[in-house]
Amino acid sequence: MATAKGKSVAATPKKAVRKIRILVGKPGLDGHDRGAKIIARALRDAGVEVIYTGLHQTPEMIVSAAAQEDVDGIGLSILSGAHNYLFPRIITLLREKKMDDVVLFGGGIIPDDDIPKLMKKGVDRVFTPGATIQEIVDYVNVRIRPRK
Amino acid sequence: MYDRKKLAGIATRRKKWHDDALTPSLRKTPQRLDRFSTVSDEEIDLLYTPDPLSNLEYEEDLGYPGQYPYTRGVQPTMYRGRLWTMRQFAGFGSAADTNARFKFLLSQGQTGLSTAFHFPTLMGYDSDSPRARGEVGICGVAVDSLKDMEILFDGIPLDKVTTSMTINGPAAMVFAMYLAVAEKQGVPFHKVGGTIQNDILKEYIAQHSWIFPPEPSMRIITDILAYCADNVPRWNTISISGYHIREAGSTAVQELAFTIADGIAYVQAGIDAGIPVDKFAPRLSYFFNAHMDFFEEIAKYRAARRMWARIMRERFHAKDENSWKLRFHTQTAGCTLTAQQPMNNVVRVALQALSGVLGGTQSLHTNSMDETMALPTEQAVTVALRTQQIIAEESGVANTIDPLGGSFFVEQLTNGMEEKAMEYIRKIDEMGGMVAAIKQGYPQREVADAAFHYQRLVDAGKKRIVGLNAYRSQEDAPIPLLKIDERVEKQQVARTKEVRRKRDAKKALACLSALKEGSLTPNVNLMPLLVDAAREYVTLGEMCDTLRETMGVYTDPAMF
Repeated sequence: MATAKGKSVAATPKKAVRKIRILVGKPGLDGHDRGAKIIARALRDAGVEVIYTGLHQTPEMIVSAAAQEDVDGIGLSILSGAHNYLFPRIITLLREKKMDDVVLFGGGIIPDDDIPKLMKKGVDRVFTPGATIQEIVDYVNVRIRPRK
Repeated sequence: MYDRKKLAGIATRRKKWHDDALTPSLRKTPQRLDRFSTVSDEEIDLLYTPDPLSNLEYEEDLGYPGQYPYTRGVQPTMYRGRLWTMRQFAGFGSAADTNARFKFLLSQGQTGLSTAFHFPTLMGYDSDSPRARGEVGICGVAVDSLKDMEILFDGIPLDKVTTSMTINGPAAMVFAMYLAVAEKQGVPFHKVGGTIQNDILKEYIAQHSWIFPPEPSMRIITDILAYCADNVPRWNTISISGYHIREAGSTAVQELAFTIADGIAYVQAGIDAGIPVDKFAPRLSYFFNAHMDFFEEIAKYRAARRMWARIMRERFHAKDENSWKLRFHTQTAGCTLTAQQPMNNVVRVALQALSGVLGGTQSLHTNSMDETMALPTEQAVTVALRTQQIIAEESGVANTIDPLGGSFFVEQLTNGMEEKAMEYIRKIDEMGGMVAAIKQGYPQREVADAAFHYQRLVDAGKKRIVGLNAYRSQEDAPIPLLKIDERVEKQQVARTKEVRRKRDAKKALACLSALKEGSLTPNVNLMPLLVDAAREYVTLGEMCDTLRETMGVYTDPAMF
């Protein structure tokens, strides 16, 4: 996160050497995967390589999948209200694995009051209900680059 | 039902009206849209007339309320006898927090309880499991053991109030705890009334709170069917649910079709387990979504009643009229609420609730305006409950039965709904039934496709949603939100640890080994073993872990 964070979103990225790889993750116990699946499909249609974890993942499972799949970004969908625990926990695990250049973003039922706190902890962007598919696809295309 | 000669005349004159009146008028004032369609994207005509209803027979297809095929309603008096049960789904924080909310709702005129459990309970984990971190009491109430159930229903007489519990994977375990509480209150099992959702098939399709794979899950369900038929006759054993399928993005037809197909699978499983159909079918009930498209929803409920009656009588040869009746609960569609301009949600909920009532629902939950952001505040849930009371007491819609019966539009929608849903059911039958279809990922894929299609329509502005992609405001007035105290998790973990310390450890262990043994033995009903375990304060997580060892676990196939 630290290196990515310094860049301006509008900065011209380096020429992509390979496709962007994104892990779409569902941490925690909630079963609402309508949004995660729509985003996974839309990103794939937009030419992004998408790995979808499926439901009921622990933070450890998500970070380990991210490492194994060598992804450039992780998009988390959380509708359980447990975002204040799950996002920070995943950030800690990414730092431990020295993967803090992986861009972490997310969406779901996340009250506005919680968003600045999550961003301060290192979440790059939080999408709330009403965000369009295109907004999220554009964000990924502009903000996230292949790490190598 | 109509004179065919007259219908032919109507068809001719309609054509003439089309050419002479409509076409010139359209030239002057073109239609607002190229295509008018329901929220499920089914095309709707400009006008409905009786001529396409030439095959509709009043007695056979509509009939009378309380009589086969129940298209007009399941009771002869409907709301003139008794209004629908107003049942708000509630649960948050600790058992004591939720007990207070239950008592508040009952004091405001609510007539039944409905319990929302937190995710760890829904997934069969105790609050002190590492899997529960960050989730205790957040999305529902934390229930780990009989101790929590005692607090949850403290001061609520279980022989007078019926309780619905949204619980599926661990339905048998939570039900066992409920029975143990009733016993402690001195209420005999045959006087206990209520509902467990216990619909595991739609968990695989949509809601995703599962524990075990489909086959062992179906065994637990048939154990419950048999146990209740003998011991808890007033209990509704399965609430076959389309709600979550719809929330996951299905169309109205898919909701109807997959839900009825799930119902068929349960009835078949009960029969295959050797229980006579009329012994368990009368206690099956349904649960549907009330989405935004008013008439489409009403047609869905009417078609559901007619389909189930025909399926139960013709396919399963049920003889008891109560086996033919589709009784259902309705909840307004959470997925239609917007975080933008949240006060508008009150209006959405009112329209949806009205469709449930005009569709003949037996009970109703109205969502609160703040539910896109958090669990409802007391103020928000009161407005939601009052919405039902206004419909019941002021609008006049409860004065007569099935007031839209005979509407050319609604009858044609109802017929179309039935035809299209039956096509799906035939397809699922060809696959070998719902369990086989789920294993092939068929309903899951259909729902995901529909959800994606709808989102594209919204993003393209082809479906307009006020406050979201139309009539937006610069700034939304904030509304107060319910916050769950962080101390709930700590206190809950401490209570469960204390329960384990204080109980008779030997007896608890003996219950668990009996459960394990029972699960490995076919033809042993697990329910009595679970009730024994609940009495001895064996926790939900312990019961589920024991069965995970013998029955295995289900994991998400992660298709998208």
